[in-house]
Amino acid sequence: MAETADTAAEQEEVLTDQDIVTGAKEPSLKPADVKAPELTGDIQIPHLVKGAMAKSKCHAAKPETMEAMGFPGRLVDNWEEAAVKKLGELLTKYKSLQVYLDICVRCGSCTDKCQFFLGSKDPKNMPVARADLLRKVYKKYFTTEGKIFGSLAGAAKLDLELLGEWYTYFHQCSQCRRCSVFCPYGIDTAEISMAAREIMDSIGIGQKYVNTVLVKLHEIGNNLGMNPKALKATMESTEEDIQEEDGVAVKLPVDQVGAEVLLITPSADFFATPHIESLIGYAKVFHQAGISWTLSSTASEAGNFGMFIGSYEHMQKAAMRIRKAIEELKPKRLIVGECGHAWRIAYAFWNTMIGPLDNSLGLKLEYPRPQHICEYTLDLVERGAIKLDKSANDDVIPTFHDSCNVARATRMGDRPGGQFEIPRALINAACNRYVEMDSDTIKEKTFCCGGGGGLLSDEILDVRVQGAMPRMQAYHAIKEENGANFFALICAICKAQFTKVFPKYGIPMIEVGGIHQLVAKAIELGAKE
Amino acid sequence: MSGLTIFFVIYAYVAIAVFILGFLYRIWKFGKTPAPLKIDQTPAPTSDGGVVGRMILEVGVFKSLLKSNRIIWLFGYMFHIGLFLALLKHFRFFFAYGPGWIAYITTFEIYAGLIMLFGLIMLFVLRLVVDRTAFISVMNDYLLLILLAAIASSGLIIKHFSRTNLTTVKEFILGIVSFNPQEMPSEVMFIIHISLVFLLFIYFPFSKLMHSGGVFFSPTRNQVDNPRDRRWVNPWGKAPENIEIASNMTQDEG
Ligand code: HEM
Ligand code: SF4
Ligand code: SF4
Ligand code: SF4
Repeated sequence: MAETADTAAEQEEVLTDQDIVTGAKEPSLKPADVKAPELTGDIQIPHLVKGAMAKSKCHAAKPETMEAMGFPGRLVDNWEEAAVKKLGELLTKYKSLQVYLDICVRCGSCTDKCQFFLGSKDPKNMPVARADLLRKVYKKYFTTEGKIFGSLAGAAKLDLELLGEWYTYFHQCSQCRRCSVFCPYGIDTAEISMAAREIMDSIGIGQKYVNTVLVKLHEIGNNLGMNPKALKATMESTEEDIQEEDGVAVKLPVDQVGAEVLLITPSADFFATPHIESLIGYAKVFHQAGISWTLSSTASEAGNFGMFIGSYEHMQKAAMRIRKAIEELKPKRLIVGECGHAWRIAYAFWNTMIGPLDNSLGLKLEYPRPQHICEYTLDLVERGAIKLDKSANDDVIPTFHDSCNVARATRMGDRPGGQFEIPRALINAACNRYVEMDSDTIKEKTFCCGGGGGLLSDEILDVRVQGAMPRMQAYHAIKEENGANFFALICAICKAQFTKVFPKYGIPMIEVGGIHQLVAKAIELGAKE
Repeated sequence: MSGLTIFFVIYAYVAIAVFILGFLYRIWKFGKTPAPLKIDQTPAPTSDGGVVGRMILEVGVFKSLLKSNRIIWLFGYMFHIGLFLALLKHFRFFFAYGPGWIAYITTFEIYAGLIMLFGLIMLFVLRLVVDRTAFISVMNDYLLLILLAAIASSGLIIKHFSRTNLTTVKEFILGIVSFNPQEMPSEVMFIIHISLVFLLFIYFPFSKLMHSGGVFFSPTRNQVDNPRDRRWVNPWGKAPENIEIASNMTQDEG
């Protein structure tokens, strides 16, 4: 007895504050053990299971990674004070943070809207409860109400336990903004979780996956760490594959100075399955439209995880590669490939961070800057500049998952809602048999795939599988009803996430693919009349 | 002047000052904090006029809430509409001769009070019985509903059951607003009612009640969706020219 007590005490002694917060010494999850909820076709609002996800923590970034990002390597000694100071700084920089921390009335309207709550039943995954983890601290240190009423007003000191909850639950938010749609004041929990992650990084506890990827992006120019040589070689071999399959010399040019179009696409498109099928689709579209285009070997990433950690500086620095590429390659048009958060950053943030994107950089003003590949392709189809043979996809019954970042943070085309219509119109131009999922799960009400916002890491596969639950139920229902067999996407993370979680739900991962994969199959290559 | 009057005159001025200055300070703070990026929640209006329309729907009919949860909407809307009508009706105390439309509203005033009270009670019940809202609620959420319900009830009692002389009430209020204090009516219900109202005034700027002003500053709702057409400038952002990035930008001919 005495012995076990001793060893327990010894074990506790070696646990640093950092270990406690990040759960570093806890047994880690075995992805193979993760079980998916049953598919019934219904999305039920669960009863609460407190603490259900408390142990699902992301791996913490190594000290080298943190330092390479300009953050402290480990949890700093005066972390409470440092965190409060950082929060104070962010409050003066972000209206969203200031307003949203102040005005939530805890009406409860958002409580059943987050896929991570619906899937995991953990009440701290309800958007308002998640935001309250930070709001508590705000109240305690920054508001008169909190100082006077304390816990009666929901104020709390930032202690190790609370910091541990931050680390857990702010990494169970994909920043999808579904909660914001349903909040009477548009309170966007994504803004809150970005701020919380920025504070955590600043005191030395960062998440491994996102920070490691960002280091690669800053050093090499894409999330994979693929150097220019490797990129060119991969593009050449992809050209050969297309030549073999279709007998047409479709090119995948890299670093062509003076090409009309610069395509910025997520690096997963260069080699991952099914992503590469869409890359082939873009290449065929450019080929058939007869337009010169190029990739950049140094700005070979549309994705920008700087957003996930809430860091304006890192987001801007990563985006700068694209501006440099525009300066060097001198394109007339800027087009962005299939990626959700990347399109958000491109559409809504590039002009602010690396702009103005206009003729001062040599871009032509008559085109949208930047333009989404779906906007571009659909326009060609509508003008008759390329032809799609729908019957080539007659074995396919596709449905479309609105990527949350595209749906709720961007637009395509000129009219509000174009981000819903244009991808659907393009699928309908490439296929005969499109079907739509339940209207409560699409367009602005779409569910996140469960892997966005920096959650695409296997140690939290349980979070990802549960977060995918609402979407999987909706897909299951349309499969039962209409035999849907293709899950069309326009997001690199969605593609990676669904290829991973489909099998967990007993659905073949071959059903996951991009819209331009359908285009690639339907496009008529060869001489134009 | 009686001790009661002196106390209430001071209490009134303190409450009104805290309310006005506090509210303005909070609004000023919302207004001056920069919004570095475009984060409107799309589909969003593409023009300023569209944003005004969006706001009118949010504030006027709680559109997002309606989309989200009909039950909270119903009781929340009843409370706010009741409150709004009750407030309008109180204007008659501020004018020596009230405009005609206030008299019109007065004809259905009992409903305003009852609707407000009913909405508040149901919001309280919902908060308690739905496990999700019970989980997120803190004591002040309940206390605030109780405070508002107490204000509404005491108001209804004054109007319909007690013998408070409304002419003396009007004289007292006109006295306060014209800086010429008059005798405070000594009827118990009125003392309770006005004490609670002043308490609400004082609490208001420190509390979540600031949603009434804050909603207009919510970037997801008040921004125009036009980032490709007009450059949004971050007042604290670095100009791109000043950003250093890794130096492997030279091209690799291989
Ligand atoms: C621009 C004016 C206002 C708007 C648009 C507005 C809107 C809303 C909305 C949408 C809710 C959430 C739904 C609900 O729980 O009722 C809410 C809650 C609330 N509002 Fe307002 N409101 C306004 C002014 C006020 C004022 C002046 C007061 C009080 C003096 C007030 C008191 C409350 C309270 C106490 C709640 C929380 C109800 C609860 O605990 O469930 N509101 N408001
Ligand atoms: S819907 Fe908005 S106001 Fe209501 S609890 Fe959620 S975040 Fe708070
Ligand atoms: S942003 Fe998305 S993931 Fe995060 S709390 Fe809101 S609904 Fe949940
Ligand atoms: S991965 Fe796709 S669905 Fe998930 S957060 Fe990103 S855009 Fe949204």
